[in-house]
Amino acid sequence: MINITSLAHVYEQGRRIIFPDWEIADMEHWLLLGASGSGKSTLLNIISGLLKPSQGQVAIHGTNLYSLPARRMDQFRGKNIGIVFQRPHLIQSLNVLDNLELAALMAGIPVDSEHNLALLSDLGIADKAQDYPSQLSQGQLQRVSVARALVNKPDLLIADEPTSSLDDRNAAQVTEMLTTQARANGASLVIATHDQRVCKYITKTYLL
Amino acid sequence: MDIFKISSQNLCRNKLTTLLNIILVAFGVGILTILFLAANQIGDKLEKNAKDIDLVVGAKGSPLQLIMSTIYHIDFPTGNIPAADAYRLMKNPMVKRAVPLALGDNYNGYRIVGTDTTFTGLYGVSLQKGSFWKKDLEVTIGSTVALTAKLHIGDSFYGAHGLTGSSDIHKKHAYVVKGILKPQGNITDNLILTNIGSVYKMHEAPELEHEPHSATEAKEINNKQITAILIQYRSPMSVIVFPRMVNQSTNMQAASPAMESARLFSLIGVGVDTLKWFAALIMGIAALSIFISLYNAMKERKYDLAVMRCLGASKFRLFLLVLLDGLLVTTIGTCLGLLIGHTALELIGAFQESSQARLSGMVFVPQELYLIATGFFTGALASVIPALKIYKVDIAETLTKAR
Repeated sequence: MINITSLAHVYEQGRRIIFPDWEIADMEHWLLLGASGSGKSTLLNIISGLLKPSQGQVAIHGTNLYSLPARRMDQFRGKNIGIVFQRPHLIQSLNVLDNLELAALMAGIPVDSEHNLALLSDLGIADKAQDYPSQLSQGQLQRVSVARALVNKPDLLIADEPTSSLDDRNAAQVTEMLTTQARANGASLVIATHDQRVCKYITKTYLL
Repeated sequence: MDIFKISSQNLCRNKLTTLLNIILVAFGVGILTILFLAANQIGDKLEKNAKDIDLVVGAKGSPLQLIMSTIYHIDFPTGNIPAADAYRLMKNPMVKRAVPLALGDNYNGYRIVGTDTTFTGLYGVSLQKGSFWKKDLEVTIGSTVALTAKLHIGDSFYGAHGLTGSSDIHKKHAYVVKGILKPQGNITDNLILTNIGSVYKMHEAPELEHEPHSATEAKEINNKQITAILIQYRSPMSVIVFPRMVNQSTNMQAASPAMESARLFSLIGVGVDTLKWFAALIMGIAALSIFISLYNAMKERKYDLAVMRCLGASKFRLFLLVLLDGLLVTTIGTCLGLLIGHTALELIGAFQESSQARLSGMVFVPQELYLIATGFFTGALASVIPALKIYKVDIAETLTKAR
């Protein structure tokens, strides 16, 4: 499903990272491991179409991501890739449900309220649908951001250090959630982490 | 859930800033609305009331005062002119139509105007009810007078000496209402019309009252005085010759309504211009305030916008979103400003003493469309630079960095 070939990125400071080739099949779960500063986030940004690599190609379903014009790429990302960040990054002025609907709106997909509510109840936060982000705990916020990543039924779910700011219990829950939800939605999953707590859930690893 | 909701929710997050910006826009637009409406109505009144009058001849004094008192019925008359001189002038071949006026009394602030039937021709008035005055002490009243003074046909009232106030009432003779005029939308709505003889009767010396009325009315008039005559020329050529003739060869003065109105407007104009610049300044400050608050908010909103980019929104869409923030503020402010302007003018009108120049807030002028456009433009102008910052936000970097 995803093919990375001869990818390399040169930072502004001149540091150059060469990424080994990588092929992710449909519905596969991968861990992206590496020390801090090894380029994990950079690779994820490149895969999700947020950062243009200096050289090499990223192909998703055979579409060369960086050959798309800017607007098409934004659209492609919205429809096909769900991203969970290290921080939840929810829109503070909108409530939980509106945050989910925003994902559909921005990707230009019709809002499916039933699906959204089902996602929230799967993640155990159905009762928080009308709450604002400032009323939720860290763990709940991270769940909402997982739900938001799944709103558009993406083919690829990307999580960047989703557990780093969570305690053991929440970390385990979020990881489990990501894997089960990816499976339930038929999506491939890539988790970038240096967190040992995540490792026991996923066997395939890509080391940087 | 749509782009409007995102924008309005974002504005609600900074309630006080949004409120300040809306108030600034509303005040700027409000002042401009009042100016446009007032200038329009005053100009309209000046024009309508002086429509068919080419020249006013009255006693020497300020020409502006003469116009104000005889056409707009606002100021006091300059004095009186001998009726004999006036009638001689009225028979001049250059004059197509001449209307004599005798002012001096009022009823509840409405001026009693002694004149003859030519007056009705000049202003094109027609009757709503009853008939025109025929004899002394019969009056025909304007529609506003009938409405506010609650006078009906057959009612009688006493006039008071002077043009305002009712301290010195002519108790000897009462006027009788014979007719009510149709609303004309000009000064005649606020006048009480009668013949010149009635005005003379009111002001006769007491000892004369007991003498028998042996003299004919014409002869009586010849010994009397009137306030002014309104003149319509037979040909436009007279504009140059006639006023000079009056000013040089008689003891009266001639004043042109068009010229004096223009002079009056240029006097008011300075004030209007100052206010206009003041309002423009407020609008400028509003634009600056909106600009600063949006620009500052971008530091915070950068994350939101980066998230939306991640979720698939194009740069242009987010550019529109930020633009919408500014436009929403100015649109709400503009609507509020128009409302304030109309309400304020209606209130000013309600508290105005002179009924002749009453302003109304229930009138709409085409310039208000320009105001709405100006509001829109201000919003767009103030938010375009913050919105352009969208194109510089590095999403990957913004979202990877801890907030």
